[in-house]
Amino acid sequence: MTSSAVAAQVRRASLQRTGVDVRSAVFQGLLALCLLFSLTVLVVLLVDVLLRGLPVFAARGADFLTSEVVSQPDRAGVVQGIQGSVLVVLIVAVTAIPIGLMTAIYLEEYAPDNRLTRFISVNIRNLAGVPSIVYGLLGLALFVGTFRGLGIGTGGNGRIVLAGGLTMATLVLPIMIITASEALRAVPNAIREAGYGVGASKWQVTRKLVLPSAVPGILTGVVLSLSRALGETAPLILAGAVLGSYSSGDKDFVEQLFGAYTALPMVIFGWTKESAPEFRELAAAGIIVLLAVTLLANAVAVYFRNRFERSW
Amino acid sequence: MMTTATPPSPAAETSPKRHMDIRIETRSRTGDEPATRPAPVIQMEDVSCWYGDFRAIRDISLDIRTNAITALIGPSGCGKSTLLRAINRMNDLVPGARLTGKVLYHGEDLYGPRVDAVEVRRRIGMVFQKPNPFPKSIYDNVAFGPRVNGVRGDMDELVESSLRRAALWDEVKDKLKQSGMALSGGQQQRLCIARAIAVEPDVILMDEPCSALDPRATLQIEELMIELKENYTIIIVTHNMQQAARASEETVFLTMGEERAGFMVEKGPTSEIFTNPKNQLTEDYVSGRFG
Repeated sequence: MTSSAVAAQVRRASLQRTGVDVRSAVFQGLLALCLLFSLTVLVVLLVDVLLRGLPVFAARGADFLTSEVVSQPDRAGVVQGIQGSVLVVLIVAVTAIPIGLMTAIYLEEYAPDNRLTRFISVNIRNLAGVPSIVYGLLGLALFVGTFRGLGIGTGGNGRIVLAGGLTMATLVLPIMIITASEALRAVPNAIREAGYGVGASKWQVTRKLVLPSAVPGILTGVVLSLSRALGETAPLILAGAVLGSYSSGDKDFVEQLFGAYTALPMVIFGWTKESAPEFRELAAAGIIVLLAVTLLANAVAVYFRNRFERSW
Repeated sequence: MMTTATPPSPAAETSPKRHMDIRIETRSRTGDEPATRPAPVIQMEDVSCWYGDFRAIRDISLDIRTNAITALIGPSGCGKSTLLRAINRMNDLVPGARLTGKVLYHGEDLYGPRVDAVEVRRRIGMVFQKPNPFPKSIYDNVAFGPRVNGVRGDMDELVESSLRRAALWDEVKDKLKQSGMALSGGQQQRLCIARAIAVEPDVILMDEPCSALDPRATLQIEELMIELKENYTIIIVTHNMQQAARASEETVFLTMGEERAGFMVEKGPTSEIFTNPKNQLTEDYVSGRFG
């Protein structure tokens, strides 16, 4: 064999696999284990809730959804919880989402990049980390207090769904601002420059180029905000939601807005505090309803997100 | 020195021969010039640009010939792009950017107190280094400019004529509804040129329009530029010496001095800059001894 043929053989041999890469295999196993752990927790929770809750639906059917929150477990339902949660989400949707979006547009597109702007941005991030009970206190002082001052609510106590919805709106506002800001920041500057290059004004560039490109990210913020508004309980405890049974009777929409209210998580929380074991099943059934409502709200937002993504 | 990673460019391979062709070609072109030239569209007087405390270009005065292609060449960081973007007030968008001196467009100071920067950019269009079509359909890409400028009338016709002038119509006429992002790089850049033309500017600024394109697409863009100069005044920033020599009538050579501020070394007919430059710095740059 010539020396070059030997060299070639050595190089060929060096390509052969030599044993297992232990570290890589261990790391991969660890990753899979973490995934398995998260999934297990989720599955156990879901199965437990379904096992407890589904018999309620089997026995009562839609009756559970349309009955009021009363103290007899065989007649209690979640209708006021659904109404209250839907109203809270609607109030959040028409207040926090537009205000948050416009704040984000101002901060990202219009505000000068100076110390004040950066200070405000940092503090909006901090606000997103403030415990929700603090927002509850704010809602109690600000919204419930104001409505009480105006003599609105049952006996003028100010504990109305509008107060709860606005409290929830202040809670999700920072989340909305942050996600919308990030969506706007992710729009490449080249698109803005191209717009300016053909003589578009700042408003036209923002409205016709930047916002459409940012819609998927903005809708992610909407999903997060609405899910949070549906699931949070602590702020509503303070902001006047009714805990425990009550009868709301026949009320039209306006009366509901200015009347006593509760929300799904409040109803569930109330039932878990009851001593009779039947309420455990009711709580589980309530959780199923809450999950369904949350998934439905998210599905709507995801649908719109996908639609906008496909359009370009 | 050429690294192995760089694909050999055809321009580099045929460099000496190409150089001779250029000389002949540019000479014959300058010979055809009319005796009286129209007044320059753009005139710069003592223009300096700052980004914060950093002075990017210093005291540049030059006239841009109407209905001709002017190439801005020079080493990286010498302020070519800054100079180009000063002409359509694109630098206004950079926080902390400011300008002293005068940029005249048909005699009107573009930085005058009553001048609307948005209107300036409509009259002076721009094509960018990386093709940047909007994430919209081909049709909407071209129609965007006229629409935001409130142009009424037959939009279909305007889109077609713009795409025709950008030599793209035949390739896209059956897929106007498709996304502009789905085109090849060279097609995207011609789409960007069509988009710029659609608002009927009379000056088109091009900031290294071919740096992201392959040689064939580059040649297409150059041929297009030569066609367009009948109706437009074109100013192009390029790092490609062959491109400047092939496509332009006038060449401006910039370099940077101490404190990294770019300044103009020399401006003249392209043939002279490439064959008989007055300044040693220009000579060194165009012959590849520097930059």
